[in-house]
Order: sequence, then structure tokens, then C-alpha cells
Amino acid sequence: MSQPFRTHSGGRIDRNKQLTFQFDGEELTGVEGDTLASALLANGRHLVGRSFKYHRPRGILTAGSEEPNALVGIYRKGDQTPNLRATQVELYDGLKAISQNRFPSLDFDVGAVNDLLSPLFPAGFYYKTFMWPRAFWDRVYEPIIRAAAGLGKPPINPDHDTYGNLYAHCDVLVIGSGPAGLAAALAAAETGARVILCDEQSEFGGSLLSESDATIDGKSATEWVEDSIRSLSAKDNVTLLPRTTAFGYFAQNFVSLAERVTEHMADPDPALPRERLWQVRAKEVVIAAGAIERPMVFPENDRPGIMLADAGRTYLNRYGVKVGDNVLVATACDTAWQAAFDLADRGVDIAAIADMREKPSEALLSVAHARGIRVETGCVITGTQGRKRVSGALLGRVTSGGVTSAGEVTCDALLMSGGWTPTVSLYSQSRGKVVWDDTLGTFVPGAPVQNERSAGACAGVYGLSATLEAGYNAGEQAAKAATGKTAKLARAEANGADAGNGGILGALPHDRNASKVKAFVDYQNDVTAKDVKLAVREGMHSIEHIKRYTTTGMATDQGRLSNLNALQIASTSLGKPLTDVGLTTFRQPYTPTTFGVFANVSRGDFFDPVRRTPSHDWVVENDGVFEDVGQWKRTWYFPINGEDMHAAVARECETVRKSVGLFDASTLGKIEVVGPDAAEFLERMYTNPWKKLGVGRCRYGLLLNEAGFIIDDGVIGRLAEDRFHVTTTTGGAAHVFATMEDYLQTEWPDLNVWITSTTEQYAVCAVQGPKAREVIAPFVEGIDLSPDAFPHMSVATGTFCGVPCRLMRISFTGELGFEVNIPRRHGKMVWETLAKEIEKHDGTVYGTETMHVLRAEKGYIIVGQETDGTVTPHDVGMSWAIGKNKFDFVGKRGLQRPDLVAEGRKQLVGLLTKDPKVVLEEGAQVTKLANPPAGTSAEGHVTSSYHSSVLGRSIALAMVKGGRDLMGKTLHVPMPSGAIEVEVTDTIFVDKEGGRVNG
Amino acid sequence: MVDQVTADLYVPDAGEEPLLAISSVSILRAAPVSRLSFRCRDDARAAAGKAFGVALPAKPLSAETTSDRIAFWLGPDEWMLIAPESDLEAVSAKLEAALESHPTSLVDVSHRQEAILVSGDRAVWLLNTGIPIDLDVSAFPVGSVTRTVFHKAPVMVWRTGEDSFVVEAWVSFMDYVAGLLVQSAGELSAA
Repeated sequence: MSQPFRTHSGGRIDRNKQLTFQFDGEELTGVEGDTLASALLANGRHLVGRSFKYHRPRGILTAGSEEPNALVGIYRKGDQTPNLRATQVELYDGLKAISQNRFPSLDFDVGAVNDLLSPLFPAGFYYKTFMWPRAFWDRVYEPIIRAAAGLGKPPINPDHDTYGNLYAHCDVLVIGSGPAGLAAALAAAETGARVILCDEQSEFGGSLLSESDATIDGKSATEWVEDSIRSLSAKDNVTLLPRTTAFGYFAQNFVSLAERVTEHMADPDPALPRERLWQVRAKEVVIAAGAIERPMVFPENDRPGIMLADAGRTYLNRYGVKVGDNVLVATACDTAWQAAFDLADRGVDIAAIADMREKPSEALLSVAHARGIRVETGCVITGTQGRKRVSGALLGRVTSGGVTSAGEVTCDALLMSGGWTPTVSLYSQSRGKVVWDDTLGTFVPGAPVQNERSAGACAGVYGLSATLEAGYNAGEQAAKAATGKTAKLARAEANGADAGNGGILGALPHDRNASKVKAFVDYQNDVTAKDVKLAVREGMHSIEHIKRYTTTGMATDQGRLSNLNALQIASTSLGKPLTDVGLTTFRQPYTPTTFGVFANVSRGDFFDPVRRTPSHDWVVENDGVFEDVGQWKRTWYFPINGEDMHAAVARECETVRKSVGLFDASTLGKIEVVGPDAAEFLERMYTNPWKKLGVGRCRYGLLLNEAGFIIDDGVIGRLAEDRFHVTTTTGGAAHVFATMEDYLQTEWPDLNVWITSTTEQYAVCAVQGPKAREVIAPFVEGIDLSPDAFPHMSVATGTFCGVPCRLMRISFTGELGFEVNIPRRHGKMVWETLAKEIEKHDGTVYGTETMHVLRAEKGYIIVGQETDGTVTPHDVGMSWAIGKNKFDFVGKRGLQRPDLVAEGRKQLVGLLTKDPKVVLEEGAQVTKLANPPAGTSAEGHVTSSYHSSVLGRSIALAMVKGGRDLMGKTLHVPMPSGAIEVEVTDTIFVDKEGGRVNG
Repeated sequence: MVDQVTADLYVPDAGEEPLLAISSVSILRAAPVSRLSFRCRDDARAAAGKAFGVALPAKPLSAETTSDRIAFWLGPDEWMLIAPESDLEAVSAKLEAALESHPTSLVDVSHRQEAILVSGDRAVWLLNTGIPIDLDVSAFPVGSVTRTVFHKAPVMVWRTGEDSFVVEAWVSFMDYVAGLLVQSAGELSAA
């Protein structure tokens, strides 16, 4: 075995399965069961990265997802994922990792000069430095900062992985599978409740996987874990999710989990997703997130080889890796002693245990004595040595007067423990408010806000027995609350792994020059104790300000490692109790989560539903060009013989006016309004009168919102006394339907009327032009098409091509026009029949662009183009659409508001450019003067503008202040290339008398 | 609890290739049927059921079914009535005649939506990749019907057996629904 720091036995690894991997190009080996971090340590590699700001050499600090230093890039499928925590990256054969934030190499990094220049980079550096001159910000400061900022390099290729999604429901969701979580899951599962147990790690068991001598029911901790998982996986009511991080706790017990499905595999089946998002709705949640150890804030506490004590123990007991040959343990807490004992038992030299406390427990002292371990009490680390690996430490004796030197110790690793911090992140995300526990010296969850309970170490309950008991209770209570069912599960009996005492917050005292040394509080963001003190001196008194000024707690662990130390330093500097300084809120996500998990299946063809009409395939075959209208694919224009858009639209427009055109209007919203009160309902919804509309007749309807502004329009046909066929705009269909349903359910539940969406029941072929009647006549049965029997604005039912049809005689072109509504499955057949038929009449198929031009030539508005949600019927010259004698309609009151009846509102007018060849830009401003002085308000804006091939000139519609009083006047449309002169006209450019629709 | 309901009206569309056919789940397009959206107040419910040939259920999320009629409860005053494709006019006429004295709304939506048949051991799993409701048989028993969404598309889901479902969507949404189902089922074939 080539891993010099690998133990010969023990741990959750398989020494027979050797894996080869690369770190910064160097080939190394590990074994199955390793993380990248444990494999690097097995090879004696502590230096794995450079720090964010000062580029200081950094090593692996933790063994968990809170790791601030060991951030690496992993190459996979030809691209690189940056900023993965080496402590979470499972080793596989062929894994390729690189270190970050170094140039040219990890060993020699030119950025390290920042460390020497650090007096130039105090907290608030950016705020203070890059203030002036103003112009330097864009050209100098920002580009440099951007180039220097960030750690890893973002991937450059589109993500070739896939991501899955699954909605899940359960009675009890247990987050975390340490002793409390496992006990909770066992107890809840016993009742028959539906249980989901998730854990961010590859293996269930949490802290139990690192236990050396504790027993549960007479078994080793890991045996008990294995038995428990075996029993849980045998139950149908339990879902087990390893490698699954609960990263977001939202309202109503909605918890999102990210499952890493294939990232740990060397060669995963490409059919499998990289990750899966679980969107879980849990009746009850048990948070068993455990606690993490706190670093000690002493000078130079960031050298590679300096690690949290429990992490050192985990690497030894779980991964079979010794963190060094000669280990110094610095602590203020009992639990670190166990790490020293475990290491000593594995033959590692313990340089010393330096405990800050004057009198650690006799029990610990005697165990240490029995192993011949040197113990220093009342002793603090005042500094460390070694550049790329810790090589020694300075000890100090804590006295009433301060700290006096107590010599040096050589070591190749330093384990530290400032005590434990319960992981309250998810509780905090659930909107719970943490409370300060004076005994424990930490924050613990307060009252639950949702159906949730925290159990075990995350609630400040320590010691194996107590943690198991808390877990069992939480599981039972959660199951009972969720299902009403109970079952008493026999409690497992635990021995060992008792709760430890002790802990320390804040910066440790030392005898060094305080202005020269760096004692890190937040490793990832390179924030030192000095920075926090400086922030306080500069007036930041709330933790929210201190956090933003120094960036402490703003790294990916959200301050899980650093918050309490930072708070204590601030509290001491301010002379205020720690609880008065406040604690920042933990937010989603708990740990960094890939964008892929969120984007999920919403990409490419499935980014949004793509809705196609019955003519779609025909249009594709005939080289039509599509445009996206909301989710719909609509035909934009039909180029033939290599026409460009301009030529195609010109030809289509002329053909429709001269002979006939066929247009797919299937996307228009359709709503069937049925019931004895149908007319009354429409009377109340629309501005127009409906009660006297005869059966078989159509009317244009205008829909306002309560404020009096136009929100939709469409033609409505009366099919029977109690049945109307309502059409809406394509984009407004869903909103109009929802608005109508809203009024029916909340305002007028007494009306006997119901609405049904029929948008997709019918395909709609619009046949428009002087020859429209001749085109459709051969296919129509049961309807007299003569102008007298079926005049403009009529509707009738009959058959078309032998299938049932609703025929409407309506026009959005100003020409004689029909809209043929046929049941959707027949739409393709009818479209193809008509497409063939119009050829006989020298007609054309046309698209939305031609439709827009034709209607603009007639001055017909498009809701959303002429209107923008602030336009009234009067503004667009459509006061005629308002029923004068109506008692009420939606928007009637709104229309009487003073602003809406005031003079000088923008009104719809036509604009004709003096130069007929110039086509105005839609959205362009309209002004009185050609060159108005800066600051002049515009008189209005252009809403529609086209070249009209029929007129041989450009036309435009515009909303202009008091526009209807400006007929014949000249205005200007200022453009970068000079102002364009325009004349104000009425809005109808073609067939002003309107006779053609009656053809 | 029933473990199967009569769903004779929903049969695979003859001549259509299955959209998906793997051992754990299959997706088939269903043949056309007549669909009528029916709305009324409670006083007309009994008469409507009598005319239609199967009672209109009052129990939320339930369906009443015979070999050639299905009435889906979709809301307190809303039912979807299913009949063979060829019965559309006869059924409509009979209902209209029977309900002349009641305020009601009967609207033909036969062509508005299409159905697919999703069945197999992993049908629930597959549907839950995009449907947010609880499809566990304890929460959504056999015979239940509901409107919901599949990712971004509105759908109607009817459970015809423990592992078999009818999923209806508006026609223009079906490419999206069926396409995503097939894509999501991809991993079921993984080794």
C-alpha cells in the first residue's frame, strides 16, 4: 500500500480495492470508501488550496460539508465542476481533481504576495479603497476585482448531465442519520408511518461511523447502524436516501432534497441523472442534523495540518487515516481528548494535549496518564509554525495577568476543539427563532414554527444515550402527530460516547503583537479576529453590519463554523452581551446546490410546453416561418421562391386584399359561456351590451379591469339564447378565463352560468378576402352563405367538409371574412383542403405578420400593442364599445376616475411619414419639435408601424397626447440619425368607409 | 378498497406505436372518446345521471363508471362525462332533453384533450416526476380522479388500478407531457 498514513486495519473502507486518482496532475492512490479528503490525507497531503483573499496555504479542516478550505475542481465528462468540498467528494477510480485559487501552482502561488500586503487589505477594503476617482471604477477597479475574485473557474460548456425530479410525500421526514436520526426513523417506521430518512453523506450513521469504543445493545456502534439500516430497508413504508442533502426548508413543511445519484461513480450509466431534486411534503419533520465542532481562534490557526479534533478522529476511525505522526491536541472541551486517545492507541505520537481549562476531569487526566500522554492545562496555543504544513506550535500559560510563554512544541498536525455548535440551519430555515442556552454556551432551537422537532445534538442534546432517547421520542411523537398511530419500540441501550464538557468562544488570549498576527474566524472568506474588531471600531454594532463589512459568515457554510466566534469577538469589543449582538438568519440552500438541480428538466425542448396548432406539420412541409407567441408556435410568414420576409409579407397582404388568404387562427382563446344568465354575465364582464344581441349574431367585445383599462378583446357570437362563443386574444386566454371564473365564484355565485374553455376543442381557419365566400362555399352544408342570410358579424352551425362546424363571418382584415371552427382533430384535414382550394382563386396562406399589417391598415388595435395596461376605450377611440345604458360592468367605476376623464391623455392616432419610404420604429417617441431640448417629455410613442404594400407607403399608429385634436398637424419622431417628420391622421388607412367587409 | 375499476372506454389507439414500453412501465395513446363538460347545481345532478346512464358522483375526486359511460367528479358543480366517440350526439341530445327545466351547461370538449395510458410497477414513480400530488394508493386510491399539473402542463389523472392511470391533457400540451414522461423514464432502463 502506497498510502503512508493509512492504518493497517479498521474503518469503513476496503483496502483491497485500490483506486487511482489525480490531484493537480499527480497520480495518487486511495481505497474504496475514501473521500478525496481522506485519500489525500492518507498520502500525507494536507496542503490542498489557497485562501480566498490572502492566498495562504490551506489544508483540510473538517470531515464534513462545512469544509471551508478544501475546495477543489473535479473534471468529469470533459468539463470541470468548481468549488466542490473534498470532504464530500467520494473517491472513484480515475477521479481528476485540481486545487483552486493558485497560480502557477499550489506550491508556488504568486497571489500569496497578498498575505504580505495584508495591511493594505483591511476589512471594508473595497468600500474604502475604490471610491475615487469615479471613472476608475468602470475601467480599472472593477475589471481587476472581477479577475481576482472567486475561487474556481466556472464550466464553459453546456451542462451535458441530466437532472431528475421527484415529488414525494411522507408522514415523517427524518433529516440526518446519526444516532438521533436513526432512532427517530426506527421509532417512526415502527408505527407504520411513511418515513423518509435522508443523509448528506454516502453512508448512514453520522457520528456513529467514527465511534471507536461505544456500544449499543452490546454491539459496536457501526454494527448497530448496519442492523438498523437493514431493518429500515426491509420496510415498505421507509425510503432511505443516502447522499441526499436537505438543503431547503420552506413553508408548510415543504423540504427540498438534492440526491447525488451518480457523482460518486467512475462510469455511471448515462441513462441515470447526475442529481435528483426531491420535493418533499412532510406531515412532520425530525431534524437530526447533529452538531459541528468549533475551531479555536488563535494566531496562525489556518496552517495545513491544523484540523478540528473530531475530524481527525473521523479520518482515523472511519477512513483509516492518521492525520500525522506527531499530533498536538489543543482544546477547551472534553471530546477532543478522545481523539488523542484513539490516535495514541493507533500508535500515533501525541505531542501534548493542551487544554485551556485549569482542571479537566480527573477521568480524562488518568486515561491520558495511563497512555503516557503529556498534558498541559491552563494552556493555550499562541501561534504556529510551518508554511505549507504545521511544524510546531507556541504554547502560552493563561494567567490572571494575561498569557505568558510556555515554550514550543513540534508537531506535524494540530487537532483543535473549541466545543460544539448545534447545526440549527434547517430549524432557522423553517422560520424558527433560536434561543441562547447559557449552560451550553450556544444557540439552540426555540419553539417549533412548523410541524417539526429537532432531536439530538442539533438541539443541544449530547451523549450517545441521551441522543438516542431524544431520537426515539422525536420519531414516536412525529409519527403520532402525523398518523395518530403509536408503537413503542424497545430502546437500545448505549454505553460510552458520553457527553463532554467545556467549550470556548471568541478569540483566544495570546502574548503576540496583536497588530501583526492573523487568527482566522472565517477561513473561507479569510476573516480574522482583527477584522471583526476593526468593524466594531468603525461603527458596525449589529452582527448584520459586521457580517457585511467583514464578510464573516458569508461563505458557503453560512457561518456554521465561524458565527459564534465572530459574535463573541464582537460582543467583547462592544461590551455587550452576545445575545444583544444578534445572530444572522440561515437561509436556503444549506450547502451549495448545483444550478442543474434547480433548472432540472426545464431546458431545451422542455424548457416550456411548446404548443402547436393543427396546421403545424403542413406549415413545416411548406417552409413557413414560425414565431413564438407565448407557448404557441404561430406561422409568421410563408416565403416562396426565396422571398425575404418583406417580400413575402407584401405579397401576402396584396393577395388578401385582391383575392383571398388563409390564416390559422386556432390559438385564439375560446370560452363557451352557457346558462340562462349567460347574457347577463357577459353584460357585467364586457363594456358592450349583450342582452339584445340576436341569436346567430356576433359582436366585438371589450374587456376592462376594475381600474377601467383595456385588458382583452375579441368577437363574441350568440349560438343560442343561453349559449355564447367568446373569443379572446391568444395571449390573454388563460387570464380572461381565470378572471371570469374568479368573478363567478366570488362576486356573482347566484348567476346560473358556467364557462368552459374550448380553445383547443376547435381548430380555426380564417378565410379573408374578396373571394372568401367562393373559397368556402363548396365545403359548407346547412348554412346559407348569401350576404343577406349571413351578413357580416354572423355565426351559424353546420358542417364543413362533412364535419360539424361553427362558421363565423367576421373580419380582422377589413375584407369579407369567415372563420371556420371545426373540432380540432379535423383541423389538419380542413386546413389542407382550404390551402388547396385558395390556390384555385390565386389566394395565399398568410401568417401573423401579414395579419398585423392588414389590421393596422384598418386601424384595428391589438391589445398589448396599442394598449399597455394604462389605456381606456376612450383613449383608443372606442367609446362606441361602451354600452351607454348599462347599469354596470367591470371597469365602469374605474372609467370615472378624474385621471381617466382628464384632458391631455394619450389618444390613438395614425401617423404618416412625410417620406413614404421611411418606416418608423415601434416604441419610438413622438415630439412636437424636431430637436427638443434635453429633458423635454415626449408627446407620445409609436405603437405599430409597417410598410403597407397595398398603399405603397409606410403607416403607423401612435398614442399621442390629445392626438385627436392634432389631425393634419406635423410632429416629429427623433431618432439617432435625425428626426423624422410625421403628419397626424385618423387611424384608418384602407377602405375608410368600411364597405369591403360587407362584400 | 377496490383494486381495479372499469375503464373499458380507455383503450389503446389501434395502430399506434406505444410511446414507451419497458418492463416497469408503459405509455400508450388512448383511442378517441366523447367528452362532455357538464356543469349544474345540485338539483339537476340526479336527473343528469339518469339521462347519462351513470350517476354523477357527489364525492370529491371520485368517478362512476360502467362499460360505456364514465362520470368524473372535477368540482362541486363540475363533471367530465365520457362516452364512446360515436355516442356524442345521442348522449348530448338525451341530456339536453332531460335537463330542459334545469339551468345547466353542457359543452362538447371531445377534441380538446387526449388521453394516454400509463401503467406498470413504476407508473406512480414516473408520474410523480412531474405531478406534485401524493399518488400513494393510501392517499389517492384506485378510482380517484383529479385535475393537477405535470411540470408546467395542466393534466387530469384517473387511477384505474394500483399501477395504472389515465392521464389527459389538452392536445397542444400532450407532446410536452408525453415527451417528458418518456424522457424521465429513461433512467428506469439503466443497469
